[in-house]
Amino acid sequence: MPHKIVSKRQLSEDVFTAEIEAPLVAQARKPGQFVIISINNEYSERIPLTIANADPKRGTICLIWQRAGKTTTELADMQQGDEIANVTGPLGMPTHIDNFGTVVCVGGGIGNAPLLPIAKALKKAGNKIISILGAKSKELLILEDDFSQISDELIITTDDGSYGRKALVTEPLKEVCLRSEKPDQIFVIGPAIMMKFCCEVTKQFSIPTQVSLNTIMVDGTGMCGGCRVEFDGRAKFVCVDGPEFDGHKVDFDLMMKRLNAYKEQEQQAREQYKKHRCKIGRDK
Amino acid sequence: MTDKDRQELLKQILKKQETEKLKPTERYEIPSQDMPEQDPVKRRDNVNEVAVGYTETHARLEAMRCLQCKKAPCIKGCPVKIRIGDFVSAISDGDFKKALAVIKENSLLPAVCGRICPQEVQCQQTCTVGLKFKDPTKAVSIGRLERFVADLDKNNESVPAVAVETGMKVAVIGSGPGGIVAAADTRRAGHDVTIYEAFHKTGGVLVYGIPEFRLPKAIVQEEVDTLTKMGVKIVCNFVVGRTRTIEQLMKEDGFDAVYIGVGAGLPRFMGIEGESLVGVYSANEYLTRANLMRAYDFGSGADTPIARSKKVAVIGGGNVAMDSARTAVRLGAEKVYLVYRRTEKEMPARIEEVHHAKQEGIEFHILQSPKRIICDENSYVTAIECLKYRLGEPDESGRRRPIPIEGSEFQIEVDTVIIAIGNTANPLIRQTTPGLEFNKWGNIVVDENCKTSLEGVYAGGDIVSGAATVILAMGQGRIAAAAINDYLAKKKMS
Ligand SMILES: Cc1cc2nc3c(=O)[nH]c(=O)nc-3n(C[C@H](O)[C@H](O)[C@H](O)COP(=O)(O)OP(=O)(O)OC[C@H]3O[C@@H](n4cnc5c(N)ncnc54)[C@H](O)[C@@H]3O)c2cc1C
Ligand SMILES: Cc1cc2nc3c(=O)[nH]c(=O)nc-3n(C[C@H](O)[C@H](O)[C@H](O)COP(=O)(O)OP(=O)(O)OC[C@H]3O[C@@H](n4cnc5c(N)ncnc54)[C@H](O)[C@@H]3O)c2cc1C
Ligand code: SF4
Ligand code: SF4
Ligand code: FES
Repeated sequence: MPHKIVSKRQLSEDVFTAEIEAPLVAQARKPGQFVIISINNEYSERIPLTIANADPKRGTICLIWQRAGKTTTELADMQQGDEIANVTGPLGMPTHIDNFGTVVCVGGGIGNAPLLPIAKALKKAGNKIISILGAKSKELLILEDDFSQISDELIITTDDGSYGRKALVTEPLKEVCLRSEKPDQIFVIGPAIMMKFCCEVTKQFSIPTQVSLNTIMVDGTGMCGGCRVEFDGRAKFVCVDGPEFDGHKVDFDLMMKRLNAYKEQEQQAREQYKKHRCKIGRDK
Repeated sequence: MTDKDRQELLKQILKKQETEKLKPTERYEIPSQDMPEQDPVKRRDNVNEVAVGYTETHARLEAMRCLQCKKAPCIKGCPVKIRIGDFVSAISDGDFKKALAVIKENSLLPAVCGRICPQEVQCQQTCTVGLKFKDPTKAVSIGRLERFVADLDKNNESVPAVAVETGMKVAVIGSGPGGIVAAADTRRAGHDVTIYEAFHKTGGVLVYGIPEFRLPKAIVQEEVDTLTKMGVKIVCNFVVGRTRTIEQLMKEDGFDAVYIGVGAGLPRFMGIEGESLVGVYSANEYLTRANLMRAYDFGSGADTPIARSKKVAVIGGGNVAMDSARTAVRLGAEKVYLVYRRTEKEMPARIEEVHHAKQEGIEFHILQSPKRIICDENSYVTAIECLKYRLGEPDESGRRRPIPIEGSEFQIEVDTVIIAIGNTANPLIRQTTPGLEFNKWGNIVVDENCKTSLEGVYAGGDIVSGAATVILAMGQGRIAAAAINDYLAKKKMS
């Protein structure tokens, strides 16, 4: 059953969002879970995307994605009314939501998208929410309004200082950890390198830190083991044991290297697709 | 034997048979018919089926080798008890329709089983002719004959009859061989059947695990199409336990009975240093990328990448290991090593697969097993360090236990490692189905009718028996379907 794109918007230069028909997923989904989609046919790549939001009544889910390579670019080129061939989910373990007390939600780049439903649920559970959102520049910051609505405190950083503080998210994170009212729980979602450094900070303060990992996946049901990470010295499967893990025990260095396993082929796919876009007149 | 010789021989025998029956000694004299195969060098570069299939002459000659034993020891070796003597005799008579009908009484997927059943340890192991020659490969080639008649039926549009609608609903979870059979048999009884499949494509291991060169996907697709024509509904991209739970299917969606056929699931790793390095795959991942996602067509129609390997080590000695190694060859690897810690005699892979693998240039490293995987500064695999082994006393499985030889470390230079040492049960159904009983290995516990601890819930295939065979899964799908049909008949009466 194909899944219609009900609406689609561009959020920043490379970030898009769409509402997609997927009634069963919309009904079952909980914060922290994701879907695996493939766009055209049985030989399109299967890629995981977090369910940023869902409307069980309308039977739709909302995805937010960053144009990275072929598949996400192709998705960005699709329009309202187009159909996505396959949407599977919801996958992964839902986030453990509790009343922890004070929670810091740290989002980097596209990571704000998966972080938002978690932050919302945490707020609903009675937590005090301090959000720290980082982006390369003002134009690339997404979901600021949504976060400001649910945060008791919102700190924004940009790498180039074009908006908010000119800093990396680790700076304000450290300051918050140093406060007399020490946070009880941290959530960090963003590029692997950012999660790694945030975890190094929070480890010094022994504050429990959840991260959401974005390893390369195929099936998403625990069958292939391709998504495994080294966790506390053992292999864990991100699609079934995660995607969230205790960030203090994840081997981020190895994970980052595994993320690059297909660099050459991805480059090839991107170039081929670019040529194809030129031909069909989409590229300016 | 040339084709001409073969035809001549068949003519002679047929002539002779007009006046008298063949004596057993005459049957023994008919040479066993080899399977025509693609050239080993050419096939390294394509994914087409290796075994090309018998011609009519091959098939009739091979069938004439059967002695029509009264006790039919071959049938005892077949998990679904096909009336082998009868179908083989029909082939020798040239009545291929009848042969197929006999097979179909007990097996729904002869084109599949004829190709990939481990016949040498099932029906052909006990065949009198093989015993006579003290060589299981000289037994009557039951599987090849089964495939021959099944393939003749290829474009058959006939659809099995379906009884009047009962109004009862059956959910089949997983579209592997067990699920396909369970769906067909419950649908035939007139129930409203829906298959739920986690992947975007149906067929289970038959499409994501077993490669095209051994089992063409089109054959599996045809069986699935038949199900659709019978009125079975198929819902892909539906992960039971996540999209809906079994409880929801039964309590909210109105299903009266459920068959669980979710397969083996999680790949096993060795727990050695370096198993998560870049370039280390489980066989499941490697084969899924290659088969289901067609990574061999990357850039020309398929989007899923796979390592561009030059030197590959496959760890293991089963069918899955052979499939991985032979797939690596077809993906362009220059060297493929198969590393196994016992000897060739203990290898669980089919003899035919081992033979094909060797023909295709795969180098066997027996009595060796990796101790750690070594990488460069970017975490890319560069070598495996192995230990040498010797065989000790037999273990519980009856096979001689491999014992590492201390200090025998050595390295093999490779850029890719594929681990094919088996699977453990996928925990998803267990985590999401309260009340369902599992054993300590995580497999579902069933009785002789494939019934689980939950009312109306049946199970079969690898999730029950651990990694087993297609024909066993099919057999259990059939038993479960019969039990479901009984259960629903009773339920309807009450
Ligand atoms: C649980 C999970 C949730 C995610 N949620 C989001 C999200 O909400 N929004 C978002 O923009 N991105 C998300 N991602 C990442 C997203 O899946 C990748 O950006 C996407 O697959 C890239 O595909 P591509 O073909 O466009 O790019 P490619 O050029 O193929 O790859 C770009 C990079 O993406 C990664 N990648 C490639 N293939 C896969 C794959 N099959 N699975 C996972 N990663 C891959 C690799 O690191 C690669 O270097 C998530 C990943 C995971 C595991
Ligand atoms: C590489 C390889 C080679 C093999 N070679 C041979 C051979 O030569 N001969 C032989 O006899 N056997 C062989 N086998 C074994 C044989 O394939 C299996 O024993 C058989 O397929 C098991 O069938 P099954 O019915 O249990 O389902 P499977 O074929 O395992 O299929 C299970 C299906 O269920 C789906 N599923 C899983 N979880 C869920 C869920 N939660 N919700 C919905 N769907 C779900 C899966 O996606 C899959 O499609 C081989 C296996 C492999 C991996
Ligand atoms: S189904 Fe398998 S075991 Fe049975 S007769 Fe056919 S090939 Fe032999
Ligand atoms: S045991 Fe062999 S020879 Fe005897 S009936 Fe079976 S197939 Fe024929
Ligand atoms: S994606 Fe295959 S096991 Fe996680």
